[in-house]
Amino acid sequence: MATSVETKLANSNLSASVRKTFLSAEREFSLDVAFVAAPGFTILFGASGSGKTTLLDCVAGLTTPNAGRIAVGERVLFDAETHENIPVAKRRVGYVLQDLALFPHLTVVRNTEYGLAHLPRATRKERAAAMLHEFRIDHMRQQRPAEISGGERQRVALARALVTDPCVLLLDEPLAALDGATKAKIIDDLRHWNEAHRIPILYVTHNREEVLALGERVLVMEQGRIIAQGTPHEVLSAPLQETVAQLAGFENIFDAAVWLVHEDRGTITCRLSADKPGQFVLLETPLIRAEMGSRVRIGIRAGDILLAVVKPEGLSARNVIAGQIISVERRDMIVSARVDCGITMEVHLTLAARDALHLAAGRDVWLVIKTHSCHLMRGSSSQFPVLGSQ
Amino acid sequence: MSIDWQSFRLTIELALVVSAILFAVGLPLGWWIAFSRWRWKFFVEALVALPIVLPPTVLGFYVLVALGSQSPLGRWWQSLTGHTLAFTFSGLVIGSILYSLPFAVQPFAASFSSVDRKLLAASATLGASPLRTFFRVVVPLSVPGLVTGVVLAFAHTMGEFGVVLMIGGNIPGVTRTASISIYDQVQASNYASANAMALLLLIFCFAVLTVVYALNRRTPNQKLWTIDPAK
Repeated sequence: MATSVETKLANSNLSASVRKTFLSAEREFSLDVAFVAAPGFTILFGASGSGKTTLLDCVAGLTTPNAGRIAVGERVLFDAETHENIPVAKRRVGYVLQDLALFPHLTVVRNTEYGLAHLPRATRKERAAAMLHEFRIDHMRQQRPAEISGGERQRVALARALVTDPCVLLLDEPLAALDGATKAKIIDDLRHWNEAHRIPILYVTHNREEVLALGERVLVMEQGRIIAQGTPHEVLSAPLQETVAQLAGFENIFDAAVWLVHEDRGTITCRLSADKPGQFVLLETPLIRAEMGSRVRIGIRAGDILLAVVKPEGLSARNVIAGQIISVERRDMIVSARVDCGITMEVHLTLAARDALHLAAGRDVWLVIKTHSCHLMRGSSSQFPVLGSQ
Repeated sequence: MSIDWQSFRLTIELALVVSAILFAVGLPLGWWIAFSRWRWKFFVEALVALPIVLPPTVLGFYVLVALGSQSPLGRWWQSLTGHTLAFTFSGLVIGSILYSLPFAVQPFAASFSSVDRKLLAASATLGASPLRTFFRVVVPLSVPGLVTGVVLAFAHTMGEFGVVLMIGGNIPGVTRTASISIYDQVQASNYASANAMALLLLIFCFAVLTVVYALNRRTPNQKLWTIDPAK
């Protein structure tokens, strides 16, 4: 019994290797990826224009790859070598497009029933009703898409795709336009559905919270390639690529060179070129396997930096740097301070901290940065493995 | 003063038959023009638009030649029915279809291609064939364009003169349409009858267009169909 369940699971993996080149007057874009997505959420994470939507279009059959193979378990959807290319309508791929594409002239219930045309009327009604109930939209069944809210439309789009019992689900930034609370509720419903059905779900987003909330596995895409993959925690908390770092919210990214390696105390000292020529800033960072003098890149989250108005002593943090505030700016409920300490550092504080310390432009301050708040990453040219665990 | 009711009825009959056929022909042709990626499509588009700029007498002349007993089409029709197509109601219908074709097909194609392509993609991923997508998504969202096309084809056929004169002649009850009747009355200096007939045509056409545009003014409902991004 157990083996049959395992076989079933193993057989429902989405495996795709896709190569697709677009030539247009403005740019040449090529997508070249290969991956296997097991049942459950696989997040496609990357900046816009990195090829995420193109990849989904290829899996759905809306775009034909130049080469490659796409299969769900044993079922081949596309194979360039054997010229197999199952038409979109026969792929059984659920696809929630970026702007939902609900049929504006059909009511919620008609939208939901749309993909069930092959079933007898009674079955169709029953399945649509169950799905509307599951996604908590049965009270608006007779309304048209324009008459309901954004979050409700999102639920209708999900229900419409899921009711067809697809073998793969593609979600293109499905929650991008929603507020936090609505988003959280829909994510809950999606998780429940996933637990019950277990099919591969490709979920496109560039929102960090969604990655952490949903992701079992993350594929990071850049310029049509997969540049990193792993669990959300692995990919987001210790990013080795600068793209990931920017997406993961590192406000401070600096070029640096390895200055001293302290193998005995598990750190290295990096030298950052200062804004003024001839000057530099030293930062102690976690140990990596790197030659002295090699180029690295350091990312520091603005929220990980402490500000002090007197020189702090007796701290475990290895980096205490003197600087002067250039500007203090309020953004919603946080305060963003720019501090000149040879290099310009962005620091995030609370309103309360700003007022208690009377922080303003021109004020002399001390920056406190823990060694492990300095994330070393791979630039475009240099590569090195991280030593030990993070 | 007398109104030539016979020619008036004949004109309406002709316009109804022609717009019905153009509706049926315009759906697939409009679909093809809107969605085909054939590289020579522009050639077909130019051909369809030709009657807009071509003098009716030129079109009428070639249709007359094509329908006549010298042409293969004319001979085939003659062997089938025993008489030629020229100077018959059927010949008139064929000529009018060609003449009014762009007035139906162009609004059809324009409204088909303005349907959001993402809806077509969504329909396909939900298992719908292209034909089902066409009738369940494209056509319902193109209703205003379809109405406009049929009305224009109808109105254009109501008022045609040159093509009818060339291929139909002036046979009462068979090919004499309202506009030809008016021309006859004017030629015979019978201005009162010409005026009565012209006024009738004017009022009828205006009434038809008013009713159609009033019915098509379902903009509140149409607005419902477009999604307000702010909501």
